[in-house]
Amino acid sequence: MSTTPLDEAPDSLQPPVYAAEPAANVAAVPPRRAFGVRLPWAGLSSSRRTFIGWAIAVAALALLPLIDSNGGDLDNFANAGTFVLLALGLNVVVGFAGLLDLGYAAFFALGAYSYGLAASFQLKIPWSIIWLPFAWLNQVTEVRFGNGDVAQLHFSYWVMLPLSALICAGFGILFGMPTLRLRGDYLAIVTLGFGEIVPIVLRNASGITNGAQGLPGVQTPSIFGFSFGFESQPYYYLILALACLVVFVSYRLQYSRTGRAWLALREDELAAGPMGINPVNYKLLAFAIGAGIAGMAGTFHVAKLTTATPDMFQFTVSTIILVMVVLGGMGSIPGVALGAVLLTVFQGLILGSLNTWAHGIGNATGIAPLKVIDFTQANQLIYGLVLVLMMLYRRQGLIPARRTVRALSVVDQTTQAAAVDSNPRSASPRQTESSNLASRC
Amino acid sequence: MLQQLVNGLSLGMMYALLALGFTMVYGIIELINFAHFNVFMSGTFFGLWFLALLGYGRTSRPLSGGALILVLLATFLVTMLMTGVLGAVIERLCLKPLRGVSGTAPMITTIGVSLILQSLILFASNFANNVPFPGIVPTDRWSVLGTPVNVTLKNVLLWVSAFVLMFVLDAFVRRTWLGKAMRATAQDPEAARMMGIRIDIIILVTFFIGSALAGAAALIFGLYYGLTSYIVGYLAGLRAFTAAVLGGIGNIPGAVLGGLLIGMVESLSGQFIGNAWSDAVIFAILIVVLVFKPNGILGMQRPQRA
Repeated sequence: MSTTPLDEAPDSLQPPVYAAEPAANVAAVPPRRAFGVRLPWAGLSSSRRTFIGWAIAVAALALLPLIDSNGGDLDNFANAGTFVLLALGLNVVVGFAGLLDLGYAAFFALGAYSYGLAASFQLKIPWSIIWLPFAWLNQVTEVRFGNGDVAQLHFSYWVMLPLSALICAGFGILFGMPTLRLRGDYLAIVTLGFGEIVPIVLRNASGITNGAQGLPGVQTPSIFGFSFGFESQPYYYLILALACLVVFVSYRLQYSRTGRAWLALREDELAAGPMGINPVNYKLLAFAIGAGIAGMAGTFHVAKLTTATPDMFQFTVSTIILVMVVLGGMGSIPGVALGAVLLTVFQGLILGSLNTWAHGIGNATGIAPLKVIDFTQANQLIYGLVLVLMMLYRRQGLIPARRTVRALSVVDQTTQAAAVDSNPRSASPRQTESSNLASRC
Repeated sequence: MLQQLVNGLSLGMMYALLALGFTMVYGIIELINFAHFNVFMSGTFFGLWFLALLGYGRTSRPLSGGALILVLLATFLVTMLMTGVLGAVIERLCLKPLRGVSGTAPMITTIGVSLILQSLILFASNFANNVPFPGIVPTDRWSVLGTPVNVTLKNVLLWVSAFVLMFVLDAFVRRTWLGKAMRATAQDPEAARMMGIRIDIIILVTFFIGSALAGAAALIFGLYYGLTSYIVGYLAGLRAFTAAVLGGIGNIPGAVLGGLLIGMVESLSGQFIGNAWSDAVIFAILIVVLVFKPNGILGMQRPQRA
């Protein structure tokens, strides 16, 4: 009788592996030293380090317009900010709750159209008495149009920003309610379907949305009599503020009871249920919060562009946002923000300059293909490569989330059991376990 | 109306072949394979390039008789072989290393592969928006029993080829040793492995067959519409996935039934509601089926695997 090599036996049949020095392995906290030098921030707690890091980043970004006052650059950065917002929103759904949403651009579209319709002359609703209170608040004007009076909506941006977020969260619950009961992989395809339906409806319901031509002349925001107009700088600061808000909310969510419930659901839904976590409610919450953030991003985007067409919210947008989240690290807030900035900057600046260089070289050397090559067409290729390579080689992303380690692996459990067995008086098993968990989180 | 049914049948056959690939892969490893969308799209181009290699360009005249059958047979075989190999390579390179990784990682990988395929084909086709397919099938048409309903030679050829493929697949899954191993793996991979079935080989074969069927669907698509483009994979794939879900995912006869139904729905809603809405109708069906009958028409209740 021949013995089976160990490699071919299923994992569950593998004998437990005992680490050589279990106690030392489990308890040791790695010293924070780089090349033997004590780093200045080694003494700070990790949450304080995170806070200081963010503060420095935000301060640098706030001072950026002083250095680079080029409107085009600021415009690019503001667009990157929109995607930071979207990526952070998707991170709540994909990273925190572990739900794959492939139709996230749908909520972006709904947010854009909520503000766009409430602040442009697209909806020509006949004037009636119910608009009177809004007219007193200076949000609606009665104008003559054709044979009768119509209400021209020009709701303030600052009213519509939270309102659109709420509307989108409502749509998130509406879309999520029937689908979140399903298995995780079905959810991906249903969200893909929704992501496809929303632009189709926006395109075909041309009576309301003006169809493929898009919304005409959406009103730009203004604050205390200062109108944003078409300058880039105010939009840059607005999106910076919104991004800060969303980062703050994300952190508060991640370390809240809700965040821990999402973590439990993501790691093991079957085990989380009996622990008293209602999977459907928590998933719905994640879906709604993600949708709300996308709605905010949508209002910003439409206010900045002053128009919105259904084609701006195609499946490609959903994939780009997903690529940002995957690149940065699912569940990692700084990672996701970095991923969004990296990809937008890469797309907007580097590919464009590569084009110019290649065309220049082509014209100088007379190599025909270099003259016409268009690197911006390689976007999709790069997104695909990022997705595949990250998944194969670095699933935790550029900046891994701090809590991706599963609480106790099989190896950990056995090493701990061994530690307790060999030294029964030193610590009760419960204490070892909790101290170990604390060191990991 | 009847004319729409005839057209719907052709479309339905195509979606059925495409849905089979989704359903077989899902049946074995419970993965929604988004790469399938663009394996299909690549198939249309493989067929196109093979025809060009044979000397049938965009201006070639319709063939007839033996030559037509020979050319079609060769094109089908070569395209199916190429997409099959493509599918198997994708499995080996990108999905095998992720075996046993839970969560969304494998699905995200297939999305990435899909994007890569799409842009490779975009480069290879020289950024063409619409590439015409050579019209090698004659445009003969007959009316059915004197009614105004017409059946073209194209329709008949497509039906025959799809029927043959489904018959072969059915025989393969039900009668051969490999098919039996496949069914065993779909039922319980762990138990199948203990019985001495090499799961990795089975998964590879499943990807090969599923992708080969996508290649056949791709040719049907090309011949039916007379053109292709690097973006066709997405919508066709999504409709075919709807078909797989409608019939009960993981269920082979269900995929065929679902495909035919989706083909009918597409052509009928195009007639009665307008083409602009037909996709919205199809995705609404997808959502309604998933919500009210997640196991599909022919699907059976399966316990959730932990």
